[in-house]
Parts: sequence; structure tokens; C-alpha cells
Amino acid sequence: MGIIRARKLGFDFYRYDENGRIQEASHAVRSVDLDIEAGQFAAVLGRNGSGKSTLAKHMNALLIPTEGVLWVDGMDTCQESELWKIRQKAGMVFQNPDNQIIGTVVEEDVGFGPENMGVPTEDIWKRVDDSLKAVGMTAYRYHSPNKLSGGQKQRVAIAGVMAMRPRCIVLDEPTAMLDPNGRKEVLKALRELNQKEQVTVILITHYMEEVVYADKVFVMDQGELMMQGSPREIFSRVEEMKKCGLDVPQVTMLAHELRKSGLKLPEDILTREELVDALCQLS
Amino acid sequence: MIRDITLGQYYPADSVLHRLDPRTKFVGTLLFVISLFIFHTFPGYGAATIFLAGMIVLSKVPVSFMFRGLKAILVILLFTVVFNMLLTPGRVIWQLGLLKITWEGMMQAGRMAIRLVYLVVGSSIMTLTTTPNQLTNGLENLMGPLNRIHVPVHEIAMMMSIALRFIPILMEETDKIMKAQMARGADFESGNIIQKAKNMIPLLVPLFVSAFRRANDLAMAMEARCYHGGEGRTQMKPLQYKGRDYAAYGILMGYMALSIVFRIWGI
Amino acid sequence: MSIELKHVSYRYSPGTVYEMRALEHIDLSIPDGQFIGIIGHTGSGKSTLIQLLNGLLKPSEGQVLYNGEDIWGEGFSRKKLRGQVGLVFQYPEHQLFEMDVLKDVCFGPKNQGLGQAEAEEQARKALEHVGMPKELFGKSPFELSGGQKKRAAIAGVLAMNPRILILDEPAAGLDPGGRDEILSQIAILHRTRKMAIVLVSHSMEDVARYVERIVVLNEGRVAFDDEPRKVFAHYKELERMGLAAPEITYVMHDLKARGLQVDTGAITIEEAKESILKALKGERR
Repeated sequence: MGIIRARKLGFDFYRYDENGRIQEASHAVRSVDLDIEAGQFAAVLGRNGSGKSTLAKHMNALLIPTEGVLWVDGMDTCQESELWKIRQKAGMVFQNPDNQIIGTVVEEDVGFGPENMGVPTEDIWKRVDDSLKAVGMTAYRYHSPNKLSGGQKQRVAIAGVMAMRPRCIVLDEPTAMLDPNGRKEVLKALRELNQKEQVTVILITHYMEEVVYADKVFVMDQGELMMQGSPREIFSRVEEMKKCGLDVPQVTMLAHELRKSGLKLPEDILTREELVDALCQLS
Repeated sequence: MIRDITLGQYYPADSVLHRLDPRTKFVGTLLFVISLFIFHTFPGYGAATIFLAGMIVLSKVPVSFMFRGLKAILVILLFTVVFNMLLTPGRVIWQLGLLKITWEGMMQAGRMAIRLVYLVVGSSIMTLTTTPNQLTNGLENLMGPLNRIHVPVHEIAMMMSIALRFIPILMEETDKIMKAQMARGADFESGNIIQKAKNMIPLLVPLFVSAFRRANDLAMAMEARCYHGGEGRTQMKPLQYKGRDYAAYGILMGYMALSIVFRIWGI
Repeated sequence: MSIELKHVSYRYSPGTVYEMRALEHIDLSIPDGQFIGIIGHTGSGKSTLIQLLNGLLKPSEGQVLYNGEDIWGEGFSRKKLRGQVGLVFQYPEHQLFEMDVLKDVCFGPKNQGLGQAEAEEQARKALEHVGMPKELFGKSPFELSGGQKKRAAIAGVLAMNPRILILDEPAAGLDPGGRDEILSQIAILHRTRKMAIVLVSHSMEDVARYVERIVVLNEGRVAFDDEPRKVFAHYKELERMGLAAPEITYVMHDLKARGLQVDTGAITIEEAKESILKALKGERR
């Protein structure tokens, strides 16, 4: 069974006026069915306001569905008794690196999660060592988080989640505030975690380049799950992606344009090599 | 750059005092301050001076740092000395019109000055050798018993350490907001007080909005990492007394005993 | 009208242990009406450079000249300069503070000494020029979406009627749709208001499509200063600086290496398409 499973998941936001009457209701997420298998690298794409962050917060029981059900490792997030177990199983990393680091020293921040879980002291140290190593931040363990780069801060935040020994990590636009190098750093760390530690990674993003290597991509728009499939399948649907306010990699776009001009190119070109090979075969 | 300002006045060095448990240092400072009021003769202050000098040497912190704290209390110090000199009745040694300085006044002023200066230098040793985080940790531990009378000790300590982390971030942000508004022609320098206060609005509004946003984000991040108050929480770096702490307590006891003996014998 | 940097260096916290060299001997001139992109990775000195241009920072060495006048010379009003050289920082959250969007945009013109009516007129014009829908003028700036906040922030500077508009990472944090919208809006501004625009960015793809000149900063120095296709020809050096040319450039170079006669200077998808189609036709003939 999938590690994250949603059936008819819905979530409504309400805005109330001064008298407590509902002024505005909006469906942030509507009737989403989704399955993510353990060990997968999954990505959720969508423009700002598409409901992807709302969906992510459900996976950590920070939000509880107003309709439908969401299971994390078989646990229904509506059940309050399972709350802390769910949060331990599905760790969460947020967009702004500054606003999620609690400790004034890197290693102390990584130890924060295990401390909250009541892990014995020696075990905390082992977890902290392991997690810092897994994201390649051991050399910075005594540093103040304020002096790290954005990419390094996000890696510390990921280590902080890893120290809770989760089965999956949900990352809510972890690279939106980073520069290109920081983004690469974080992506590399995530792919390594996924491959070496077999942690399920669920990456919420609006950067196309980041999902090219994902096992499965979900595309959200206006609160609904519009498309799902492998990156190749998703990106071959250029027009639909554009309609969702998204983009496709430049190479795919170029191939799409060339095909529109009558060249006989395959529909699912993703990388530079594929395009170059295909074009050379034409000539 | 603002980022580089160290909070508090921690001076990084590798000394016995740096390695002591923060609780030991806290209790030690408290006892030292009490001793300053038990001693009341100059030989007694001599003993305190030797103790303090010993600590300064042990701390490996440059002496100039120790006396930096005195700048802040300079005015109070001057007032105390002058008032004590002029207003204590006794044997007059110098007089000009209504102003007179008495021998007793001189002695009293000297005592007060020594107490004040030693108090500040003594507590500087603590803050210079202890990181703000250790200090918070030590305080949380020492105040632990207050939990029984429903003082939220853990929460207060958590708030203190979060504040320590966010003050540099907010300071940097203040700088950025000021620049963004200056680029729109804002002026934070000229004008009278009322004008200046009004000019601060474009700075304060974005700063508060951002601070609330950060608080909100942080609360969510803490919840996501299973934070649910102090209950059932373990510690990565629990405070533990080591051999050196017991030795330090021994020395402190000896020093306190000396001060009491001095007092009883009237030295 | 022009800004000129003459041999400018900048150091943070000079004379302390924290001294850091941010810029070294920069010579740069920004003539009227040009659309320039400044590219460099974090720490290359981009943000220091733009703050020198409008007098928020004072150079440690060298001069900044506005129309030939030293902006740090005696009697020069830097407050007035900031109305002429508009600077929009990356985070709109750092400047939006008023009750509604229109009032917020009025802040700049009012600081320039304009009366309520005049300021409001400027503000309305600026908001229209950044493509802000009229019904949002009365809304609280804190309720806007990310892209709308950016527009409001740009209008806040535009309302002062600058001759040069400097934008620090205007597309950061926006989704692809929002990014295209804001960048093409800026290109429209450049055409309709005939102002010089300096676009600071990490992204070659973004810059390649719009600017006529690229300045690449690396470790506080100007590494390249030329038209885009000439700068991207140095893609190997750019990579060594932690930057990269647009993906398209690589495709074109690879095709050329495989014997297809394409133009390796193509930097946008349209240019690449034309060049590839032409090359393939040539082959078949």
C-alpha cells in the first residue's frame, strides 16, 4: 500500500466577517485522489495558489481535510491520537529556510525533533551525526545558522527532519527562495537521500528542471489534480502545462516548436542529448 | 555587516571558566555578589580582589573586555561616589562653603564604588564566558522547581532562545527595509521628534508584518517537528556536573566561609 | 543622462576583522534608454553594485557620476538622485506598508514634495503602466498575490518618474506564468516610457530574451560586458563562474559539433527554431 494515499480529499478555506458569518469560501483543494508509493521520488507541480501547498500541509497533519481522507503510512490524519506519529513519519520542510531553524547552533537544531520525541540523549547524538552526514553538513555542525547560505540552511532543515527517522519527507517549495546553486545543492541532497536511505521524497515546486528526475509528477491547478504521470508523459503535454500556468524545459519547448513547424520529432523529448540525436537523424 | 554582531558579549576562548557548567557560574556569580555585601572592611575587599583577579586570569578573556561593562554604569558610579562623599556626616577633612567632605564619607564612597565595580566585573565574567544559549539552558534548569508553582519555565526558556536566534535576522531585515524605503525617498534622519516618529511608520509596518509572518511560520515548523511543550522532552545536551564543577563549588564554599569569618571577627 | 562608475571599489566593514571586499575597480557606464542585464551568482557583488548606483552605499574608492556630477560631491542631493535612479529591491514585503495600494504608491512622489492630487495622478499612471488592475487600487497591499505585490512595489518606484529603473531579481519566487508576465511588463515599460532598465538576475534564460547588453559580475569584478550572444559564446568560462548559458546555447553548440550548420549565437527558442529549420533545409538541398 502507498505511503501517502488520498481519496476525494477536499479542503475549504473560509473567511468570516465581523459577525462571524461566512464571507467567502474557497476550495483550496478539491476531490484529490493520489497514491505515492514508498521509496518514490514524487513531485507536485503547480502555479502559486494552485493548492499544492495546502495539499502538502495535509501530509503532515498540519491541516485536516474538510472532505475525504488522507492516510500517511496507513494512519488516517483525522485521528488525533496518531498526530505525533504521523508528523514523525512524514517530516516537513518549508519554503523559508530562516523561519524553520530553531537552534542557534546547527547541531542543536538538528537535535530539536528527536528531543521533542523523547529520544534518549546518546541516541539523539547518533541521529544528529547520521543526518548531518546524509546531507553533507557535518563540517558546519558548530556553526550559527545565520552565517550559512540559503542552500546550506535548507540542508540543515532537511537534516533536522531526517533526525526524526521519517519514512517520507514532504518539501513545500524548498527552493523558491534560493539561488540556482542553492537549488542544485538541495536537489542533489534530496536525490541522494532518496537513493541511499530509501526515503520517500515529495517535492512541491514550480521549477520544471527539478522534477525531470522524479519517478512521478502530479500537476495541480485550481485545487484539482489535473495530470499525473512520469516527467516524460507530463512534459509532452506542452499546451496543457501552459494552461496550468507552468512551463516545460526549454529543450522540450524547442522540440515542440520544431514539431509544429513540420519536423518529425518524437513527442517526449526531455534532454539535450535526445533532441540533438533526433535532429541529427533527420538530416 | 549586521550579521556579524555577536549577541550578548560572549568572548570565545578555551578556559576552565568557559567549560564550567552554566549553573555553577550562575551560582558562583550570585555568591560573589553576596560576599561583596558581607565583607565590609578593606582587608575584606582585598580578599574579594584576589578572588576576582584569580577568576579574570582563569577566564583568559582580555582585561579590557571586563571593564567595558563599566561604561554603562559610569554615571551611576559617579553619582554614588559624590553623594556619599558629600552627604555622610562625620569628621570634616575639606570644606568649601556648604560643601564638605568627611572622612566617613570618603570611606563610604570607596566601599560603594568597590561593590559596584566588582559587581559589574563579576557578572561580566559570567556573560563573557557563557554563550547566551548555555545561559538560557542553565537558568531553565535552576528555575526548574518553579514549575511546581505553575511558572512555565521551559516555555520562557524556549522563548528566550528563539529571541536570541531571531534578533540578528530582524536587525538585518530592518536594514533592508530602511534601504527599500530610502530608495523611495524616505528620510529617517531629519525633522523634529514628532516628524521622526511619523517617518518610522514605513519602517515599522513592514517589520511587524514580517515578524508576525515569521512567528507564524516558525510555530508551524516547530509543530511539524513534533514540538508539544516541555512535557516528555529529552535533551541533546543535558547539563551535567563534572569534576571541575565540584571543585569550583568547593572553592566557592571556602571563599564564602572566609567572608563570614571576616565578618564575625570584624576584620 | 547617464550614470558612470569610475574605478569604484567597495568594502564592507573596512578596517575590522570582518572586512570584506565586495567590488574591485569597477568601470561601467549606463547610457540613456539602454536595457541592461546584470548577472552573477550570490556574493558576486550584484546587490552592492546597484546600491552604489543610487547612492545608498558610498564607494570606498572611485567615483559615481550622474550626468557627470559626483553624487558624493558637496551639495549633491542624493535624495533627489533616488527619484531619478529608481531601485526596486527583491522583496516587495520590505516596502509595502500603507492601507491601500494607491496610497502606498503615493509614498514616493509625496517624498519628492508633490501635493496629494499630483502624487495620486503619478501613482495611478505608474500602476497602470505595471499592469495593475484598477479594482485592486483600493485593496490592502498585504492581500495581494505574490505577482501583484511585485507590481505594486515596482509602481511605488516608477511613480517617482525615474530615468533609470533598477530591478533586483523581479522574477524571484514567482511561478513560470508570473515570471513571464512581470518580465514582459518590464520590457513594455522600457518601450513606452523610454527609460533605461537594469535587470539583476541569476537566470540567463530570463535575461537572454529581453536585454540588449549583459554585464557579468564575478568575485567583485566585471567579467564580461557585451551583447548577449557574445557573452554566451563564453559559455565555458561562465560555467567556471558557477553560471551557465541558456540551455539553447548548448543545444546549438552540440548540433554544430555533429555537423549541422546552425547559428551557435542563437539564444532564444525562436532564434534556435529558425536556425535549425534553415540548416535542415540546406542539408536536404
